[in-house]
Amino acid sequence: MAKKVLMKGNEAIAEAAISVGCIHFFGYPITPQTEVAEYLAKRLPKVGGLCLQAESEVAAINMTLGAAAAGTRVMTSSSSPGISLKSEGISYIAGSDLPCLIVNVQRGGPGLGGIQPSQADYYQATRGVGHGDLRLIVLAPSSVQEMASLTAQALDLADIYRMPAMLLADGALGQMMEPVDFSAFPKRDVPEKTWATVGHNNARPHNIVNSLYIDPQVLEDSVKARYQRYAEVEKNEVQYEEFMTDDADIVLVAFGITARICKSAVTAARAAGIKAGLLRPITLWPFPKDAISAAADHAKALMSVEMSMGQMVDDVRLAVNGKKPVYFYGRTGGMIPSVEEVTKEICSLANAL
Amino acid sequence: MKTVFDRPHALCDVPLHYCPGCTHGIVHRLVAEVIDELGVEGKTIGIAPVGCSVFAYNYFNCDMIEAAHGRAPAVATGVKRTHPDNVVFTYQGDGDLAAIGTAETVHVAARGENITIIFINNAIYGMTGGQMAPTTLPGQVTTTSPYGRDRKIQGNPIRVCEMLSTLDGTALAARVSVDTPKAVINAKKMIKKAFQNQLDGKGFSIVEVLSTCPTNWGMSPTDALQWLRDNMIPYYPLGTYKDIDAQEA
Ligand SMILES: Cc1ncc(C[n+]2csc(CCOP(=O)(O)OP(=O)(O)O)c2C)c(N)n1
Ligand code: SF4
Ligand SMILES: [Mg+2]
Repeated sequence: MAKKVLMKGNEAIAEAAISVGCIHFFGYPITPQTEVAEYLAKRLPKVGGLCLQAESEVAAINMTLGAAAAGTRVMTSSSSPGISLKSEGISYIAGSDLPCLIVNVQRGGPGLGGIQPSQADYYQATRGVGHGDLRLIVLAPSSVQEMASLTAQALDLADIYRMPAMLLADGALGQMMEPVDFSAFPKRDVPEKTWATVGHNNARPHNIVNSLYIDPQVLEDSVKARYQRYAEVEKNEVQYEEFMTDDADIVLVAFGITARICKSAVTAARAAGIKAGLLRPITLWPFPKDAISAAADHAKALMSVEMSMGQMVDDVRLAVNGKKPVYFYGRTGGMIPSVEEVTKEICSLANAL
Repeated sequence: MKTVFDRPHALCDVPLHYCPGCTHGIVHRLVAEVIDELGVEGKTIGIAPVGCSVFAYNYFNCDMIEAAHGRAPAVATGVKRTHPDNVVFTYQGDGDLAAIGTAETVHVAARGENITIIFINNAIYGMTGGQMAPTTLPGQVTTTSPYGRDRKIQGNPIRVCEMLSTLDGTALAARVSVDTPKAVINAKKMIKKAFQNQLDGKGFSIVEVLSTCPTNWGMSPTDALQWLRDNMIPYYPLGTYKDIDAQEA
């Protein structure tokens, strides 16, 4: 039987990356993700890799871009304010069709915000993580095991679709300790990186990694070609988990740490005779629209529960498309909703229906 | 018949977009000649900046990456640290290297990254149409210093080679010009040394080339060269500000 190791979420990200051959890391310290870099600083020199502390997140993401352009499996990690600084580089990475992993262990914002867990970078991750028409694959773990397994998956997905992937975690998942099994990550075939700038060795024309297209028609064509790949991602890579949704009158939608709280709240509501269920998006992009739309066909109402002022709720509403009412409950600024709070919300919604 | 003048292999056979009399073209040729002479085209990765030389990725025959404005040294770091046996160089303007990318420039030197930077100082933002650069001279008129650069308002120019020569990671920091045939020969010598240093694992090398922008200076190419001699060279003296070989000797 596979051996489980007790680990912090941030350490699990780091170890999982190493286990799938990502041994190059560029970052800049910021709470609550610093353990990723600290763990890698210890481990990577021993496995022939490199953990380099950059002068800023701006530099770190561009080092990541350089390594990715040269065909290296590479990652960077940060927390909310640092991701804002990385956004320029992320846009260039997307525009240059480069694969890499970007980890965001979210904290409260805006501004310097706080250092407690948050999910208020949902818009940033799924909408505004850089200028231009672009998407990131966004994976949202909700356990330390998933911090590891989704890190491994994100690196494969980035390589397969030649685009950046983000692990959108939060400070609670980063700091909590749980047992992890590193033996069972499904391996996928990833294409050879014939486009990489590693020196042409006088054997092929020069490769160019670039995001500049001065001719608008050429730029439009290049963006459209990229969006065809995005369509493939939307078709093939949606992941979500359903918990007691089959007969649910009230379907909660929640991701990450909030989904764990919601699971307990659903159980508590069921004990009180309310038919509640939970749909947990694992991929935030591609978003599980069809699953949510299907849930809306049989539920009486949906409720998005988030650690923000309500961001994913927009996507839930788009998926439900007016079929049923969609409610929101959230805490923000680093406040974590309690099981009791969410259960109470479910109960009062049930009474109102 | 013996060929005495030909296009270097490392320079692609495509039309360059530079304005007539712009010295970017000369420096491209020198870099390409050096890559040919060292026989490293097959293992070289060049990083283009944002600035007039943005299309350098189409001009150099080696593998090329186009970086964001000012980030070329960080991109170069990512390439070099994961592929230490490759030759990695950046080609950057003054706005790119000494304004928006100052942090990346200083830290690539401080880390002693084993890369080569070719730095084109033309005291202006060429690409965007003649705005003030960090290297714009006191009194110099640009579109964003229309009354001349006033130190009290727009601050002082940065002398990049002098600044980087104070850092332990810098192996070579030299300022050259390409305003005369003799200067061109010397510039090539320095560029070659900057690449040779990398092959020898000596660490960070930068060659700053004083360059003209006849278009945005509003001068003929020959007047521009004379303006460079009369104004830029006194403020930015030519010479080698750091050379670890000379220090060891
Ligand atoms: C983030 C960002 N800010 C501003 C610009 C606009 N911009 C393009 S080139 C340039 C200045 C280039 O000047 P320099 O680096 O001196 O190069 P030159 O054109 O003189 O060779 C600026 C400000 C940009 N492309 N990206
Ligand atoms: S604008 Fe100036 S720097 Fe740019 S190509 Fe023309 S002369 Fe050269
Ligand atoms: Mg300039």
